[in-house]
Amino acid sequence: MLDKLKEFASEFFVTGDPLILGAQVSIGLSLVAIIFALTFFKKWKWLWTEWLTSVDHKKIGIMYIIASLLMLFRGGVDALLMRMQLAAPQLEFLNAEHYNAIFTTHGVIMILFMAMPLMFGLFNIVVPLQIGARDVAFPFLNSLSFWMFFFGAMLFNVSFIIGGSPDAGWLAYPPLSELSGSPGLGQDFYIWGIQISGIGSLATGINFIVTILKMRAPGMKLMQMPMFIWSVLSSCITIIFAFPILTVTLFLLFLDRYLGAHFFTLDGGGNPMMYINLIWMWGHPEVYIVILPAFGIFSEVVSTFSKKKLFGYKSMVFALMSISFFSFFTWAHHFFTMGSGADVNAFFAITTMLIAIPTGVKVFNWLFTMYRGRITFSTPMMWAVAFIPCFVVGGMTGVMLSVAPADFQFHNSYFLIAHFHQVLIGGVVFGYFAGLYYWWPKMFGFRLHEGLGKWAFWFWNIGFYVCFMPQYALGLDGMTRRVNTYDFDMGWQPLNVISTVGAFLMGLAFIFQVWQIAHSIKFYKKEKDGDAWDGRTLEWSIPSPAPLYNFARLPQVRSQDDWWEEKQRKAKGEPAKPLAPLEPIHMPKNSGIPFIMSACWFTAGFGFVWDWKWMIVLGLGGVVVCMLARSFSYDTDYYIPVDEIERTEAALRGTK
Amino acid sequence: MDKHNIHAPESHGSHGGSMKSYVIGFLFSIILTIIPLVVVMNDMLNKTATTVLILLMAVLQFLVQLIFFMHIRDEEKPRFNLMALIFGLVILLTIVAGSIWIMTYNTVAS
Repeated sequence: MLDKLKEFASEFFVTGDPLILGAQVSIGLSLVAIIFALTFFKKWKWLWTEWLTSVDHKKIGIMYIIASLLMLFRGGVDALLMRMQLAAPQLEFLNAEHYNAIFTTHGVIMILFMAMPLMFGLFNIVVPLQIGARDVAFPFLNSLSFWMFFFGAMLFNVSFIIGGSPDAGWLAYPPLSELSGSPGLGQDFYIWGIQISGIGSLATGINFIVTILKMRAPGMKLMQMPMFIWSVLSSCITIIFAFPILTVTLFLLFLDRYLGAHFFTLDGGGNPMMYINLIWMWGHPEVYIVILPAFGIFSEVVSTFSKKKLFGYKSMVFALMSISFFSFFTWAHHFFTMGSGADVNAFFAITTMLIAIPTGVKVFNWLFTMYRGRITFSTPMMWAVAFIPCFVVGGMTGVMLSVAPADFQFHNSYFLIAHFHQVLIGGVVFGYFAGLYYWWPKMFGFRLHEGLGKWAFWFWNIGFYVCFMPQYALGLDGMTRRVNTYDFDMGWQPLNVISTVGAFLMGLAFIFQVWQIAHSIKFYKKEKDGDAWDGRTLEWSIPSPAPLYNFARLPQVRSQDDWWEEKQRKAKGEPAKPLAPLEPIHMPKNSGIPFIMSACWFTAGFGFVWDWKWMIVLGLGGVVVCMLARSFSYDTDYYIPVDEIERTEAALRGTK
Repeated sequence: MDKHNIHAPESHGSHGGSMKSYVIGFLFSIILTIIPLVVVMNDMLNKTATTVLILLMAVLQFLVQLIFFMHIRDEEKPRFNLMALIFGLVILLTIVAGSIWIMTYNTVAS
């Protein structure tokens, strides 16, 4: 019996690597610590009623952000491990197999489990507040989306201590990701982790499109929406058309692995190149999905901190929408070297270059917004200003890569690595940080320490250039991606060492950010006025953090940047808009079903990975039961009475 | 669907959802299913003609579903559903035609 158990455990857990053993022990210890703390402080009930079952978009947003910062930590540690290996390749700090697993998880986690949830977190917190709504269109679905993402991400993440990590690259190209190339369980964790969280992403896309189209405050026309809202709309439109492609593609890969189909195998009539073709139909729009909201954030930040209306509003809307449209017509530029012939490559090279035009329009719009503005360099603005040169360089190297003949040289070299990190860090990460700093007071009701934020900012920026500029040169010197070692006589070591130093500078920057948050919590100073930055849009017209129902009275919007105009009118002494009487507010009730249903999906996914039939049946059965339970629950909403609203408002606004 | 139930009746003139239109739609969809079934099972046409027929019936079936059950014609302005549908078709066309184009050249080249 004991022997059997031992044998099972040795298969179940990943064994043999001291680094992983360390991770297992520390994860185990932190779990015990969390459970102990929750029990000791009697917080289980609080956790369940206030957070896990919440359908409040603000709380869901905060949970998204916490999850994404944890994932940023894990993805970042992966990156540092890789950089350590590459700085001293002869030391075999990581062996080839472990290195493969780490670059795979780094990629998947950073894109799907860091960038996406950070983006969804900001969507959740900001969108309803900016359009003057009380929640998203489908609050229950919103909660379900979050938990599907969370459990999908967890399913993916357990793979490195249980069963084995995926190690076929972040997009899992076959035939390597087929059973013939990856007989282990890692690839199954990959498929199910992404599939489950992908359902959540798709649902979020639908949810926010409907929210934006149907739930704007009375009077807010489409062309009066804040630019962030436009960027969310364009991003969500891209999500709902791109994510189904990912789901189908991974499902076909699953059929290959689980049922012995031959969609992408080398034999039996399959074609691995078809997978690459399909996955990039999602993969290319995906990078626009994550960058478009960052563009929206920059538009808000630049306009607020320059005290000017955004320059070229209409051209900005047009640029966002055309980027989300054109993003579907460029995918083949990821595999120019596949050999599809000159016609195909020329077509996709041109469509790729076309995308640079609307992007360039945006850059000029931001510059002209700043031109002759009264600029204050608070932390959000610093990120926005640092973004522009960084993204322009990243964009230009992208145009270089889009030249198909030249791409045969750049393809899969460190030149490419440097390019996409420059647009993803310099664009997406800088953008979301700007958004996080900008909306932090709105989320939590206190400001973050500016000084520490500036230290973090400079470490991030300097670290970024020190890390990635050498990689362009390394790429041109012939260093390819995904190598864990190289010979000394290649002459790559000096630049690699510099790059590693840069990576650690960014690691330090992250520590500064954690310190900044901890410091600001310790010296907590309540934000008295809801309008932390002298803002322009509706979210700044309500107290921070926003009350449960957001707006006691739905705002009547008359113009673009309505809150700013309102303040201008007030300064001129014009009478304020007459206040409508308060009415009871219709709110959704909390529900535990999203959490339970997603946990059932996790169970089913785990069962599929190990091919334990009983577990699959249990998990999917639970999913069906949850769906039925939801279909037959009619008691899903309630009204907040007027006197309660009055009391909350009085307490929040400090009157009476 | 859901949206339909909460429409105020006076908001728009002719709304789908009458018994008559559902029956017509049902009959159409049945007929469009039976035609290819009969043709294939009795080997009535050659292979190319059969394929074309099946595809044609599929497109008509799609339209029947949209018109009689999805009420695409009754949507109020702005017609977001119609716009989404058209954009979806454009993407679908891109996926299918693009894949065929890319993969055909790929086999020629190799």
